[in-house]
Amino acid sequence: MTVAAFTFYAFAVTTLLGGLMTVMSRNPVHSVLWLILAFISSAGLFVLLGAEFVAMLLMIVYVGAVAVLFLFVVMMLDIDFAELKAEMARYMPLALLIGVVILMQLGMAFGAWDYSEGVAERLAAPAGEVQNTAALGQLIYDKYIMLFQLAGLILLVAMIGAIVLTLRHRTNIKRQDILAQMYRDPAKAMELKDVKPGQGL
Amino acid sequence: MVEFFTTTNLGIVLLILGQCLLVLVPLLVALAFLMYADRKIWAAVQMRRGPNVVGVFGLLQSFADFLKYIVKEVVVPAGADKAVFFLAPMISFVLAVIAWAVIPFDDGWVLSDINVAILYVFAISSLEVYGVIMGGWASNSKYPFLGSLRSAAQMISYEVSIGLIIIGVIISTGSMNFGDIVRAQDGSWGIFNWYWLPHFPMLFLFFISALAETNRPPFDLPEAESELVAGYQVEYSSTPFLLFMIGELMAVVLMCALVSLLFFGGWLSPIPGLPDGIWWMVIKMSFFFFIFSMVKAITPRYRYDQLMRLGWKVFLPMSLGWVVIVSFLAKYEAFGGLWARWTIGG
Repeated sequence: MTVAAFTFYAFAVTTLLGGLMTVMSRNPVHSVLWLILAFISSAGLFVLLGAEFVAMLLMIVYVGAVAVLFLFVVMMLDIDFAELKAEMARYMPLALLIGVVILMQLGMAFGAWDYSEGVAERLAAPAGEVQNTAALGQLIYDKYIMLFQLAGLILLVAMIGAIVLTLRHRTNIKRQDILAQMYRDPAKAMELKDVKPGQGL
Repeated sequence: MVEFFTTTNLGIVLLILGQCLLVLVPLLVALAFLMYADRKIWAAVQMRRGPNVVGVFGLLQSFADFLKYIVKEVVVPAGADKAVFFLAPMISFVLAVIAWAVIPFDDGWVLSDINVAILYVFAISSLEVYGVIMGGWASNSKYPFLGSLRSAAQMISYEVSIGLIIIGVIISTGSMNFGDIVRAQDGSWGIFNWYWLPHFPMLFLFFISALAETNRPPFDLPEAESELVAGYQVEYSSTPFLLFMIGELMAVVLMCALVSLLFFGGWLSPIPGLPDGIWWMVIKMSFFFFIFSMVKAITPRYRYDQLMRLGWKVFLPMSLGWVVIVSFLAKYEAFGGLWARWTIGG
Protein backbone atom coordinates (compact mmCIF):
# COMPACT_ATOMS: atom_id res chain seq x y z
CA MET A 1 0.00 0.00 0.00
CA THR A 2 1.45 3.35 -0.96
CA VAL A 3 1.61 6.28 1.41
CA ALA A 4 -1.08 8.11 -0.58
CA ALA A 5 -3.45 5.15 -0.39
CA PHE A 6 -2.84 4.75 3.32
CA THR A 7 -3.48 8.45 3.90
CA PHE A 8 -6.62 8.28 1.79
CA TYR A 9 -8.05 5.41 3.84
CA ALA A 10 -7.10 7.12 7.07
CA PHE A 11 -8.89 10.33 6.07
CA ALA A 12 -11.86 8.48 4.54
CA VAL A 13 -12.43 6.37 7.66
CA THR A 14 -12.07 9.44 9.87
CA THR A 15 -14.56 11.39 7.75
CA LEU A 16 -17.13 8.58 7.94
CA LEU A 17 -16.53 8.08 11.64
CA GLY A 18 -16.88 11.81 12.24
CA GLY A 19 -20.12 11.92 10.29
CA LEU A 20 -21.52 8.88 12.07
CA MET A 21 -20.62 10.15 15.51
CA THR A 22 -22.13 13.56 14.69
CA VAL A 23 -25.48 11.82 14.46
CA MET A 24 -24.92 9.26 17.17
CA SER A 25 -23.39 11.17 20.04
CA ARG A 26 -25.73 12.18 22.84
CA ASN A 27 -24.12 15.46 23.76
CA PRO A 28 -24.76 18.16 21.11
CA VAL A 29 -21.39 19.79 21.79
CA HIS A 30 -19.68 16.47 21.10
CA SER A 31 -21.74 16.28 17.92
CA VAL A 32 -20.34 19.58 16.71
CA LEU A 33 -16.81 18.49 17.60
CA TRP A 34 -17.23 15.30 15.60
CA LEU A 35 -18.59 17.37 12.73
CA ILE A 36 -15.43 19.48 12.85
CA LEU A 37 -13.36 16.31 12.68
CA ALA A 38 -15.32 15.28 9.58
CA PHE A 39 -14.65 18.71 8.01
CA ILE A 40 -10.94 18.50 8.74
CA SER A 41 -10.53 15.02 7.35
CA SER A 42 -12.45 15.92 4.19
CA ALA A 43 -10.03 18.83 3.81
CA GLY A 44 -7.33 16.16 3.95
CA LEU A 45 -9.11 14.28 1.16
CA PHE A 46 -9.11 17.46 -0.96
CA VAL A 47 -5.36 17.79 -0.44
CA LEU A 48 -4.93 14.22 -1.66
CA LEU A 49 -6.94 15.12 -4.77
CA GLY A 50 -4.47 17.92 -5.47
CA ALA A 51 -7.03 20.62 -4.66
CA GLU A 52 -5.09 22.30 -1.88
CA PHE A 53 -6.79 25.67 -2.33
CA VAL A 54 -10.24 24.20 -1.80
CA ALA A 55 -8.93 22.24 1.18
CA MET A 56 -7.63 25.40 2.83
CA LEU A 57 -10.88 27.25 2.10
CA LEU A 58 -12.80 24.41 3.68
CA MET A 59 -10.64 24.74 6.78
CA ILE A 60 -10.88 28.52 6.97
CA VAL A 61 -14.56 28.94 6.13
CA TYR A 62 -16.19 25.86 7.59
CA VAL A 63 -13.94 24.87 10.44
CA GLY A 64 -12.59 28.29 11.33
CA ALA A 65 -15.80 30.28 11.09
CA VAL A 66 -19.03 28.34 10.55
CA ALA A 67 -18.32 25.54 13.02
CA VAL A 68 -17.17 28.03 15.67
CA LEU A 69 -20.57 29.72 15.41
CA PHE A 70 -22.28 26.30 15.61
CA LEU A 71 -20.31 25.52 18.72
CA PHE A 72 -21.06 28.94 20.12
CA VAL A 73 -24.82 28.46 19.70
CA VAL A 74 -24.90 24.84 20.83
CA MET A 75 -22.95 25.62 24.00
CA MET A 76 -25.47 28.30 24.92
CA LEU A 77 -28.43 25.97 24.50
CA ASP A 78 -29.82 24.41 27.61
CA ILE A 79 -30.74 20.94 26.49
CA ASP A 80 -32.39 18.20 28.49
CA PHE A 81 -30.66 15.04 27.30
CA ALA A 82 -33.23 12.59 28.69
CA GLU A 83 -36.05 14.38 26.89
CA LEU A 84 -33.99 14.45 23.73
CA LYS A 85 -33.50 10.70 23.88
CA ALA A 86 -37.21 10.08 24.36
CA GLU A 87 -37.93 12.24 21.32
CA MET A 88 -35.40 10.28 19.33
CA ALA A 89 -37.18 7.02 20.15
CA ARG A 90 -40.50 8.55 19.08
CA TYR A 91 -39.26 9.66 15.69
CA MET A 92 -37.12 6.60 15.07
CA PRO A 93 -39.60 4.71 12.83
CA LEU A 94 -40.15 7.74 10.58
CA ALA A 95 -36.40 8.40 10.37
CA LEU A 96 -35.74 4.78 9.50
CA LEU A 97 -38.39 4.92 6.78
CA ILE A 98 -36.85 8.03 5.25
CA GLY A 99 -33.41 6.47 5.50
CA VAL A 100 -34.53 3.33 3.70
CA VAL A 101 -36.22 5.37 0.95
CA ILE A 102 -33.07 7.43 0.38
CA LEU A 103 -30.92 4.30 0.40
CA MET A 104 -33.14 2.71 -2.24
CA GLN A 105 -33.06 5.85 -4.37
CA LEU A 106 -29.29 5.99 -4.18
CA GLY A 107 -29.09 2.30 -5.00
CA MET A 108 -31.29 2.76 -8.07
CA ALA A 109 -29.36 5.80 -9.22
CA PHE A 110 -25.96 4.14 -8.89
CA GLY A 111 -27.26 0.86 -10.31
CA ALA A 112 -28.09 2.63 -13.56
CA TRP A 113 -24.83 4.66 -13.49
CA ASP A 114 -22.70 4.40 -16.59
CA TYR A 115 -19.71 6.33 -17.84
CA SER A 116 -19.87 8.00 -21.23
CA GLU A 117 -17.02 7.67 -23.68
CA GLY A 118 -13.86 9.66 -23.18
CA VAL A 119 -14.61 10.33 -19.53
CA ALA A 120 -10.99 9.94 -18.57
CA GLU A 121 -9.94 13.11 -20.41
CA ARG A 122 -12.75 15.19 -18.98
CA LEU A 123 -12.09 14.29 -15.36
CA ALA A 124 -10.59 17.12 -13.36
CA ALA A 125 -7.01 16.04 -13.67
CA PRO A 126 -4.27 17.36 -11.41
CA ALA A 127 -3.53 20.65 -13.08
CA GLY A 128 0.18 20.00 -13.53
CA GLU A 129 2.08 23.20 -14.14
CA VAL A 130 -0.77 25.59 -13.35
CA GLN A 131 -1.38 26.01 -9.62
CA ASN A 132 -4.97 25.35 -8.80
CA THR A 133 -5.31 28.71 -7.06
CA ALA A 134 -4.43 30.39 -10.33
CA ALA A 135 -6.66 28.01 -12.31
CA LEU A 136 -9.63 28.75 -10.04
CA GLY A 137 -8.92 32.47 -10.30
CA GLN A 138 -8.96 32.27 -14.09
CA LEU A 139 -12.29 30.45 -14.05
CA ILE A 140 -14.05 32.63 -11.49
CA TYR A 141 -12.69 36.06 -12.36
CA ASP A 142 -12.21 35.75 -16.11
CA LYS A 143 -14.45 33.15 -17.64
CA TYR A 144 -17.45 33.21 -15.31
CA ILE A 145 -17.09 36.72 -13.87
CA MET A 146 -20.75 37.56 -14.61
CA LEU A 147 -22.11 34.52 -12.77
CA PHE A 148 -19.72 35.05 -9.90
CA GLN A 149 -20.68 38.69 -9.46
CA LEU A 150 -24.38 37.81 -9.70
CA ALA A 151 -23.98 35.19 -6.98
CA GLY A 152 -22.19 37.79 -4.90
CA LEU A 153 -25.01 40.28 -5.40
CA ILE A 154 -27.62 37.74 -4.39
CA LEU A 155 -25.69 37.00 -1.22
CA LEU A 156 -25.39 40.72 -0.53
CA VAL A 157 -29.16 41.14 -0.89
CA ALA A 158 -29.72 38.20 1.45
CA MET A 159 -27.32 39.70 3.97
CA ILE A 160 -28.93 43.13 3.88
CA GLY A 161 -32.34 41.49 4.17
CA ALA A 162 -31.30 39.54 7.24
CA ILE A 163 -29.90 42.67 8.86
CA VAL A 164 -32.97 44.77 8.05
CA LEU A 165 -35.29 42.08 9.40
CA THR A 166 -33.47 41.70 12.71
CA LEU A 167 -32.30 45.24 13.34
CA ARG A 168 -34.15 46.88 16.19
CA HIS A 169 -33.31 50.26 17.55
CA ARG A 170 -34.07 50.39 21.23
CA THR A 171 -34.41 53.98 22.29
CA ASN A 172 -34.34 53.90 26.08
CA ILE A 173 -30.97 52.28 26.69
CA LYS A 174 -27.59 53.80 27.40
CA ARG A 175 -25.12 53.65 24.55
CA GLN A 176 -21.35 54.01 24.46
CA ASP A 177 -20.28 57.09 22.57
CA ILE A 178 -16.65 56.34 21.86
CA LEU A 179 -15.78 59.73 20.40
CA ALA A 180 -17.28 61.56 23.37
CA GLN A 181 -15.26 59.28 25.65
CA MET A 182 -12.05 59.92 23.77
CA TYR A 183 -12.45 63.69 23.67
CA ARG A 184 -13.23 64.01 27.36
CA ASP A 185 -11.10 66.71 28.85
CA PRO A 186 -9.61 65.97 32.28
CA ALA A 187 -9.73 69.67 33.09
CA LYS A 188 -13.51 69.65 32.74
CA ALA A 189 -14.20 66.27 34.30
CA MET A 190 -12.05 66.64 37.38
CA GLU A 191 -11.42 69.29 39.92
CA LEU A 192 -8.22 69.25 41.95
CA LYS A 193 -8.57 70.39 45.52
CA ASP A 194 -5.82 71.17 47.90
CA VAL A 195 -6.76 69.37 51.11
CA LYS A 196 -5.18 70.71 54.25
CA PRO A 197 -4.19 68.13 56.87
CA GLY A 198 -6.74 67.73 59.63
CA GLN A 199 -9.41 69.78 57.89
CA GLY A 200 -10.92 67.71 55.12
CA LEU A 201 -13.16 69.21 52.48
CA MET B 1 22.96 6.19 2.41
CA VAL B 2 21.60 9.23 0.58
CA GLU B 3 19.57 6.92 -1.66
CA PHE B 4 17.94 5.28 1.36
CA PHE B 5 16.61 8.65 2.55
CA THR B 6 15.39 9.86 -0.84
CA THR B 7 13.96 6.72 -2.48
CA THR B 8 12.56 4.26 0.07
CA ASN B 9 9.31 5.00 1.89
CA LEU B 10 10.82 4.36 5.31
CA GLY B 11 13.77 6.59 4.50
CA ILE B 12 11.51 9.48 3.45
CA VAL B 13 9.40 9.14 6.58
CA LEU B 14 12.54 9.10 8.75
CA LEU B 15 13.93 12.10 6.87
CA ILE B 16 10.73 14.10 7.40
CA LEU B 17 10.64 13.13 11.07
CA GLY B 18 14.23 14.27 11.43
CA GLN B 19 13.43 17.60 9.78
CA CYS B 20 10.43 18.05 12.07
CA LEU B 21 12.64 17.52 15.10
CA LEU B 22 15.17 19.93 13.65
CA VAL B 23 12.49 22.64 13.60
CA LEU B 24 10.71 21.67 16.80
CA VAL B 25 13.57 21.20 19.25
CA PRO B 26 15.30 24.55 18.67
CA LEU B 27 11.87 26.17 18.69
CA LEU B 28 10.93 24.72 22.07
CA VAL B 29 14.29 25.59 23.57
CA ALA B 30 14.01 29.10 22.17
CA LEU B 31 10.52 29.30 23.63
CA ALA B 32 11.87 28.61 27.12
CA PHE B 33 14.21 31.57 26.83
CA LEU B 34 11.59 33.74 25.16
CA MET B 35 9.29 33.15 28.11
CA TYR B 36 12.14 34.19 30.38
CA ALA B 37 12.79 37.24 28.20
CA ASP B 38 9.11 38.13 28.31
CA ARG B 39 9.13 38.12 32.10
CA LYS B 40 12.43 39.99 32.31
CA ILE B 41 11.25 42.73 29.95
CA TRP B 42 7.99 43.04 31.79
CA ALA B 43 9.86 43.24 35.07
CA ALA B 44 12.30 45.83 33.76
CA VAL B 45 9.46 48.11 32.64
CA GLN B 46 7.97 47.89 36.11
CA MET B 47 11.40 48.38 37.72
CA ARG B 48 11.45 44.92 39.25
CA ARG B 49 14.16 42.31 38.92
CA GLY B 50 12.10 39.50 37.45
CA PRO B 51 13.22 35.88 37.70
CA ASN B 52 16.80 35.88 39.00
CA VAL B 53 17.23 32.82 41.21
CA VAL B 54 17.47 29.69 39.05
CA GLY B 55 20.74 29.64 37.16
CA VAL B 56 22.84 32.67 36.19
CA PHE B 57 20.56 35.74 36.01
CA GLY B 58 17.66 33.29 36.37
CA LEU B 59 18.26 31.97 32.85
CA LEU B 60 17.02 28.51 33.77
CA GLN B 61 13.77 29.74 35.31
CA SER B 62 11.64 28.38 32.45
CA PHE B 63 13.15 24.91 32.85
CA ALA B 64 12.44 24.94 36.57
CA ASP B 65 8.86 25.99 35.79
CA PHE B 66 8.62 23.21 33.23
CA LEU B 67 9.68 20.64 35.80
CA LYS B 68 7.22 22.05 38.30
CA TYR B 69 4.34 21.88 35.82
CA ILE B 70 4.89 18.25 34.89
CA VAL B 71 5.30 16.90 38.44
CA LYS B 72 2.28 18.68 39.90
CA GLU B 73 -1.06 17.00 40.34
CA VAL B 74 -3.63 17.18 37.56
CA VAL B 75 -6.89 18.45 39.00
CA VAL B 76 -10.07 17.70 37.09
CA PRO B 77 -13.11 19.66 38.27
CA ALA B 78 -16.21 17.66 39.19
CA GLY B 79 -18.73 17.69 36.38
CA ALA B 80 -16.09 18.46 33.78
CA ASP B 81 -16.36 16.79 30.41
CA LYS B 82 -13.18 14.79 30.82
CA ALA B 83 -12.45 13.94 27.20
CA VAL B 84 -12.94 17.50 25.94
CA PHE B 85 -11.22 18.89 29.03
CA PHE B 86 -7.98 17.12 28.14
CA LEU B 87 -8.44 17.46 24.39
CA ALA B 88 -8.50 21.26 24.58
CA PRO B 89 -4.90 21.89 25.75
CA MET B 90 -3.63 19.25 23.35
CA ILE B 91 -5.38 20.94 20.42
CA SER B 92 -4.03 24.28 21.51
CA PHE B 93 -0.47 22.90 21.63
CA VAL B 94 -0.60 20.78 18.47
CA LEU B 95 -2.08 23.57 16.34
CA ALA B 96 0.56 25.98 17.54
CA VAL B 97 3.25 23.49 16.55
CA ILE B 98 2.02 22.34 13.13
CA ALA B 99 1.78 25.87 11.76
CA TRP B 100 5.59 25.94 11.73
CA ALA B 101 5.64 23.32 8.98
CA VAL B 102 5.41 26.00 6.29
CA ILE B 103 7.47 28.81 7.86
CA PRO B 104 10.79 29.25 6.02
CA PHE B 105 13.77 30.26 8.16
CA ASP B 106 16.10 30.76 5.23
CA ASP B 107 15.88 30.39 1.47
CA GLY B 108 14.58 26.85 1.09
CA TRP B 109 14.83 26.02 4.80
CA VAL B 110 11.23 24.96 5.14
CA LEU B 111 9.61 21.67 6.08
CA SER B 112 6.87 21.79 3.48
CA ASP B 113 7.18 24.23 0.59
CA ILE B 114 3.49 24.25 -0.39
CA ASN B 115 1.99 26.90 -2.65
CA VAL B 116 -0.89 27.78 -0.32
CA ALA B 117 1.40 28.20 2.68
CA ILE B 118 -0.10 31.49 3.84
CA LEU B 119 -3.63 30.09 3.68
CA TYR B 120 -2.43 27.10 5.66
CA VAL B 121 -1.08 29.30 8.43
CA PHE B 122 -4.27 31.35 8.37
CA ALA B 123 -6.40 28.20 8.60
CA ILE B 124 -4.35 26.86 11.50
CA SER B 125 -4.48 30.11 13.41
CA SER B 126 -8.23 30.27 12.88
CA LEU B 127 -8.49 26.80 14.42
CA GLU B 128 -6.66 27.92 17.54
CA VAL B 129 -9.89 29.31 18.92
CA TYR B 130 -11.08 25.74 19.48
CA GLY B 131 -8.57 25.06 22.23
CA VAL B 132 -9.92 28.07 24.10
CA ILE B 133 -13.63 27.40 23.54
CA MET B 134 -13.39 23.71 24.35
CA GLY B 135 -11.29 24.35 27.44
CA GLY B 136 -13.72 26.92 28.75
CA TRP B 137 -16.79 24.82 28.09
CA ALA B 138 -15.43 21.52 29.36
CA SER B 139 -14.36 23.03 32.68
CA ASN B 140 -18.04 23.28 33.66
CA SER B 141 -17.42 26.52 35.48
CA LYS B 142 -18.65 30.08 35.06
CA TYR B 143 -15.48 32.12 34.62
CA PRO B 144 -13.85 29.78 32.12
CA PHE B 145 -17.06 29.71 30.11
CA LEU B 146 -17.27 33.50 30.05
CA GLY B 147 -13.65 33.63 28.98
CA SER B 148 -14.17 31.16 26.18
CA LEU B 149 -17.23 33.00 24.86
CA ARG B 150 -15.27 36.23 24.81
CA SER B 151 -12.38 34.63 23.01
CA ALA B 152 -14.62 33.03 20.39
CA ALA B 153 -16.04 36.42 19.40
CA GLN B 154 -12.70 38.19 19.67
CA MET B 155 -10.61 35.76 17.65
CA ILE B 156 -13.17 35.50 14.85
CA SER B 157 -13.45 39.29 14.61
CA TYR B 158 -9.74 39.92 14.26
CA GLU B 159 -9.16 36.97 11.94
CA VAL B 160 -11.22 38.84 9.35
CA SER B 161 -8.92 41.84 9.29
CA ILE B 162 -5.78 39.67 9.40
CA GLY B 163 -7.10 37.78 6.38
CA LEU B 164 -7.78 40.95 4.43
CA ILE B 165 -4.34 42.39 5.20
CA ILE B 166 -2.76 39.13 4.05
CA ILE B 167 -4.76 39.39 0.81
CA GLY B 168 -3.11 42.76 0.16
CA VAL B 169 0.33 41.12 0.43
CA ILE B 170 -0.78 38.23 -1.79
CA ILE B 171 -1.99 40.68 -4.46
CA SER B 172 1.39 42.40 -4.40
CA THR B 173 3.30 39.14 -4.71
CA GLY B 174 1.04 37.05 -6.91
CA SER B 175 1.78 33.98 -4.82
CA MET B 176 0.77 32.45 -1.50
CA ASN B 177 4.12 30.83 -0.90
CA PHE B 178 6.22 32.39 1.86
CA GLY B 179 9.39 31.87 -0.13
CA ASP B 180 7.94 33.82 -3.05
CA ILE B 181 6.64 36.54 -0.75
CA VAL B 182 10.09 37.03 0.73
CA ARG B 183 11.84 36.85 -2.64
CA ALA B 184 9.45 39.51 -3.95
CA GLN B 185 10.81 41.83 -1.28
CA ASP B 186 14.39 41.34 -2.43
CA GLY B 187 16.02 44.23 -4.23
CA SER B 188 18.92 46.63 -4.38
CA TRP B 189 17.45 48.99 -1.79
CA GLY B 190 17.67 46.54 1.11
CA ILE B 191 15.31 47.51 3.89
CA PHE B 192 13.38 49.94 1.65
CA ASN B 193 12.41 47.11 -0.69
CA TRP B 194 10.45 45.32 1.96
CA TYR B 195 6.68 45.39 2.12
CA TRP B 196 6.48 47.52 5.25
CA LEU B 197 6.92 50.58 3.05
CA PRO B 198 4.28 50.01 0.34
CA HIS B 199 1.95 48.29 2.81
CA PHE B 200 2.79 50.75 5.54
CA PRO B 201 -0.53 51.38 7.29
CA MET B 202 -1.39 47.69 7.24
CA LEU B 203 1.72 46.81 9.22
CA PHE B 204 0.22 48.40 12.32
CA LEU B 205 -3.20 46.94 11.71
CA PHE B 206 -1.64 43.50 11.31
CA PHE B 207 0.39 43.87 14.46
CA ILE B 208 -2.59 44.98 16.54
CA SER B 209 -4.79 42.25 15.06
CA ALA B 210 -2.06 39.75 15.89
CA LEU B 211 -2.18 40.93 19.49
CA ALA B 212 -5.94 40.34 19.57
CA GLU B 213 -5.71 37.03 17.74
CA THR B 214 -3.19 35.63 20.22
CA ASN B 215 -5.06 37.00 23.26
CA ARG B 216 -2.15 39.16 24.31
CA PRO B 217 -2.57 42.32 26.36
CA PRO B 218 -4.14 44.82 25.81
CA PHE B 219 -6.64 42.36 24.31
CA ASP B 220 -6.28 39.55 26.86
CA LEU B 221 -9.97 39.60 27.74
CA PRO B 222 -10.42 35.81 27.56
CA GLU B 223 -8.08 35.49 30.52
CA ALA B 224 -8.47 38.91 32.08
CA GLU B 225 -7.21 38.16 35.58
CA SER B 226 -8.88 41.10 37.26
CA GLU B 227 -12.37 40.09 36.16
CA LEU B 228 -12.27 36.41 35.15
CA VAL B 229 -9.40 35.17 37.38
CA ALA B 230 -7.66 33.50 34.43
CA GLY B 231 -10.53 32.97 32.02
CA TYR B 232 -10.57 29.64 30.25
CA GLN B 233 -7.43 28.50 32.10
CA VAL B 234 -8.91 28.73 35.60
CA GLU B 235 -9.57 25.04 36.09
CA TYR B 236 -6.38 23.83 34.46
CA SER B 237 -3.34 22.73 36.39
CA SER B 238 -0.11 20.88 35.82
CA THR B 239 0.73 19.60 32.32
CA PRO B 240 -2.55 20.62 30.61
CA PHE B 241 -1.94 24.17 31.78
CA LEU B 242 1.63 23.96 30.53
CA LEU B 243 0.36 22.89 27.11
CA PHE B 244 -2.02 25.86 27.02
CA MET B 245 0.79 28.20 27.95
CA ILE B 246 3.26 26.81 25.41
CA GLY B 247 0.57 26.88 22.73
CA GLU B 248 -0.25 30.49 23.47
CA LEU B 249 3.37 31.61 23.51
CA MET B 250 4.14 29.68 20.36
CA ALA B 251 1.24 31.37 18.60
CA VAL B 252 2.78 34.69 19.61
CA VAL B 253 6.17 33.67 18.20
CA LEU B 254 4.41 32.49 15.05
CA MET B 255 2.87 35.94 14.68
CA CYS B 256 6.36 37.44 15.08
CA ALA B 257 7.54 35.16 12.27
CA LEU B 258 4.57 36.19 10.12
CA VAL B 259 5.26 39.91 10.60
CA SER B 260 8.92 39.32 9.69
CA LEU B 261 8.03 37.29 6.61
CA LEU B 262 5.16 39.38 5.28
CA PHE B 263 6.43 42.91 5.95
CA PHE B 264 10.10 42.70 6.86
CA GLY B 265 11.65 40.44 4.29
CA GLY B 266 12.22 37.28 6.34
CA TRP B 267 15.80 36.17 5.94
CA LEU B 268 16.82 39.11 3.71
CA SER B 269 19.48 41.43 4.98
CA PRO B 270 18.39 45.06 5.57
CA ILE B 271 21.60 46.50 4.15
CA PRO B 272 22.48 45.53 0.59
CA GLY B 273 25.84 43.79 0.51
CA LEU B 274 25.54 41.98 3.82
CA PRO B 275 24.80 38.27 3.36
CA ASP B 276 21.20 37.08 3.78
CA GLY B 277 20.58 34.24 6.16
CA ILE B 278 18.70 32.66 9.02
CA TRP B 279 20.24 35.09 11.55
CA TRP B 280 18.27 38.00 10.05
CA MET B 281 15.07 36.01 10.47
CA VAL B 282 15.96 35.26 14.09
CA ILE B 283 16.89 38.88 14.79
CA LYS B 284 13.64 40.15 13.27
CA MET B 285 11.53 37.64 15.17
CA SER B 286 13.29 38.51 18.44
CA PHE B 287 12.73 42.21 17.79
CA PHE B 288 9.00 41.72 17.23
CA PHE B 289 8.79 39.52 20.29
CA PHE B 290 10.37 42.39 22.22
CA ILE B 291 7.68 44.71 20.88
CA PHE B 292 4.99 42.20 21.89
CA SER B 293 6.43 42.16 25.42
CA MET B 294 6.64 45.94 25.59
CA VAL B 295 3.03 46.26 24.51
CA LYS B 296 2.09 43.81 27.24
CA ALA B 297 3.98 45.87 29.79
CA ILE B 298 2.81 49.36 28.92
CA THR B 299 -0.82 49.15 27.80
CA PRO B 300 -3.95 48.91 29.94
CA ARG B 301 -6.58 46.31 29.05
CA TYR B 302 -9.28 47.21 26.55
CA ARG B 303 -12.93 47.23 27.44
CA TYR B 304 -14.81 44.45 25.66
CA ASP B 305 -17.21 46.64 23.66
CA GLN B 306 -14.28 48.83 22.59
CA LEU B 307 -12.47 45.73 21.40
CA MET B 308 -15.41 44.65 19.27
CA ARG B 309 -15.91 48.15 17.91
CA LEU B 310 -12.24 48.41 16.99
CA GLY B 311 -12.33 45.08 15.18
CA TRP B 312 -15.51 45.52 13.18
CA LYS B 313 -15.90 49.27 12.74
CA VAL B 314 -12.30 50.40 12.38
CA PHE B 315 -10.03 47.56 11.28
CA LEU B 316 -12.43 45.78 8.95
CA PRO B 317 -13.33 48.83 6.81
CA MET B 318 -9.71 49.98 6.73
CA SER B 319 -8.28 46.63 5.67
CA LEU B 320 -11.11 46.05 3.18
CA GLY B 321 -10.49 49.48 1.67
CA TRP B 322 -6.79 48.73 1.51
CA VAL B 323 -7.46 45.56 -0.50
CA VAL B 324 -9.32 47.65 -3.09
CA ILE B 325 -6.60 50.33 -3.14
CA VAL B 326 -3.79 47.78 -3.46
CA SER B 327 -5.64 46.05 -6.29
CA PHE B 328 -5.71 49.31 -8.27
CA LEU B 329 -2.12 50.21 -7.40
CA ALA B 330 -0.94 46.77 -8.45
CA LYS B 331 -3.04 46.65 -11.61
CA TYR B 332 -1.82 50.03 -12.89
CA GLU B 333 1.70 49.46 -11.54
CA ALA B 334 1.79 52.74 -9.66
CA PHE B 335 5.20 54.20 -8.69
CA GLY B 336 7.11 51.86 -10.96
CA GLY B 337 5.32 48.73 -9.82
CA LEU B 338 5.94 49.15 -6.10
CA TRP B 339 2.86 47.06 -5.41
CA ALA B 340 3.19 44.69 -8.37
CA ARG B 341 6.14 42.38 -7.92
CA TRP B 342 4.91 39.34 -9.81
CA THR B 343 8.07 39.23 -11.90
CA ILE B 344 10.34 38.91 -8.87
CA GLY B 345 8.02 36.80 -6.71
CA GLY B 346 5.46 34.26 -7.87
